[in-house]
Amino acid sequence: MTAARPTFSRDLLIAGCALAVVLLLPMLWPSKALTDFVIRVSAFSLFATSLNLLVGYTGMVSFGHGMFFGFGAYCFGLSMQRLGVSIPVAIVITVLSTAALAAAVGAICIRLKDIYFAFITLAFQMLLYSLIIAWVPLTGGDQGLMGGIPRPEFLGVDLGLESHRYAFSVVLMVVGLLAMRHVVESPFGYTLRMIRDNPDRASFLGIHVFRAKLTAFIIAGVFAALGGMVMALFVSGAYPEFANWTMSGEGIFMVMLGGVSTFVGPTAGAVVLSLLNDVITRRTEHHGLFLGVVILVFALGLRKGVTDFIADWLRAQREARSSALTGDRT
Amino acid sequence: MDLAALTECLTTASCIITQTTSGLIIGLLLFLVAAGLTLIFGVLKVVNFTHGSFYMLGAYFAYTVNGLTDSYVLAVLAAAVGVGLFALAFERFFISKVYASNVLMQLLVCYAFILILDDAVKIIWGPEFKSMGMPAAFQSPPLFIAGGIVPVFYLFLIGVTLAISLGLWLTITRTRFGTIVRAAAVNPSMVSALGINTGLVYGAVFALGGLLAGLAGGLAAPVRSLTSGMGFSILIESFIVTVIGGMGSIAGALLGAILIGLVRAFGSIGFPLFVEGLMFMLMAVILILKPSGLLGKEG
Repeated sequence: MTAARPTFSRDLLIAGCALAVVLLLPMLWPSKALTDFVIRVSAFSLFATSLNLLVGYTGMVSFGHGMFFGFGAYCFGLSMQRLGVSIPVAIVITVLSTAALAAAVGAICIRLKDIYFAFITLAFQMLLYSLIIAWVPLTGGDQGLMGGIPRPEFLGVDLGLESHRYAFSVVLMVVGLLAMRHVVESPFGYTLRMIRDNPDRASFLGIHVFRAKLTAFIIAGVFAALGGMVMALFVSGAYPEFANWTMSGEGIFMVMLGGVSTFVGPTAGAVVLSLLNDVITRRTEHHGLFLGVVILVFALGLRKGVTDFIADWLRAQREARSSALTGDRT
Repeated sequence: MDLAALTECLTTASCIITQTTSGLIIGLLLFLVAAGLTLIFGVLKVVNFTHGSFYMLGAYFAYTVNGLTDSYVLAVLAAAVGVGLFALAFERFFISKVYASNVLMQLLVCYAFILILDDAVKIIWGPEFKSMGMPAAFQSPPLFIAGGIVPVFYLFLIGVTLAISLGLWLTITRTRFGTIVRAAAVNPSMVSALGINTGLVYGAVFALGGLLAGLAGGLAAPVRSLTSGMGFSILIESFIVTVIGGMGSIAGALLGAILIGLVRAFGSIGFPLFVEGLMFMLMAVILILKPSGLLGKEG
């Protein structure tokens, strides 16, 4: 009847295999373009999957998620530049401050539902964006964080080295994805699904809906900031574009492109959109025009993400097989 | 932060008059955009994220027609009609396809159109800033009212936007069209059961919203510099206005827009770098105290 609930050890096994494959990739096919691509995808995969915690699992369509991506990048870069701490300490600082920011913003935004929620999160993102642009002495304004982010060695990891940076980004992505997978498969994850499907019923059953939504918002914010950190390490700086509304728009498109119904959908979306962006920027300067047309084709024509089609196909296969089995018995 | 400058301004009549008129201009133009946004939301339950791009298109249409005919009146009319028609086509061919889908799809369609229109403007009119210049009729020296400097064009803008607002209010409350629109906002299936083509009503409301946004863009063109990103900032501001006033309430939009206009005008003296921040703080405070907005209905 129902498929067995995926267990944590199975997820761990899949994550381990995926990690090994991605880590071996540069040895099989040594290319700077490939490693750069994978690092960017790691950042966007964390970002899009964390957005899907809200959009796909809790039913909260945030249009301001880029705020946490940008905040993570700036917070990490500033801790490294100004405080001179080691990388793990900077990560802890970033995670804690992002959680605080997400709690404050979430406490206001979650009062609103549906499209209002989308718009108010966008408004808060634009507030952060205008702060970044205006606070020149701290953030460097529209030039971004200049001067490079120092990468002191820690625990034998030297992020100045290309190979270490690659491995570090990929490990961060896989660990982050595994942690989020654990969240959505936990009882709390099922609470979020119930809130998405029927908030009144969840509330009637004694669930504190506001608190659960706020927790989801904070968790999603922290993982988006993790993605921002990977990006900041990669470009050795932080730019206002990370916190601009287009980042949130791209995040939503990645989620939709990959598919909301599977956990790996947003990661697939991150891969496809990154490829698409590379191709478009190489061929034309009218980036927005072409991306816009592609989005319209997906939103109005296909109406489903890449992994949704695969999931549907697998389900159809399974049903065909099980009906064939019952057919044999009768 | 410069509180001394703000107190000095608030104690001199000339400064108050200058800042209040510029605040009213910002507010009333913002109202035209926000009124369309809130009207579309009230009837169609869709937040039109491309509304800022409609405003931008209006400004560029006016720029072109003004260059061709050298008539500001024709330019503004062309902006209003052109954007109204564009909005109608946008609703019929694109947005109407995603009414039934979730918020995610509506958001994506609008996001795609913002990207496409911003790039289209860059391709057609060029990426550099454009300015239309003051129409010849208003190139007269400014008036001095109690020591404050008030350009004649500003008075004209205030008069015209107030007249449009009055016209909009009369249309919504006194005409058959307005009655149908108000009924469709409350119960669209009942309206359709009474033999009214709701698809047509939706298209008309979208066109009216686009017309207002185009009008605002055209009216504002002489006093704003035109650039491909100008639509997005007004979108954010008109959203703040509708949230403060209450989504779906046109009177609330007027109140919110004037409030935001005054905050911008006086905030730019006291907190020049944090004007945007002030608006968001105002919105956050109102949302905490009254989540449905100042004049919005509860629930």
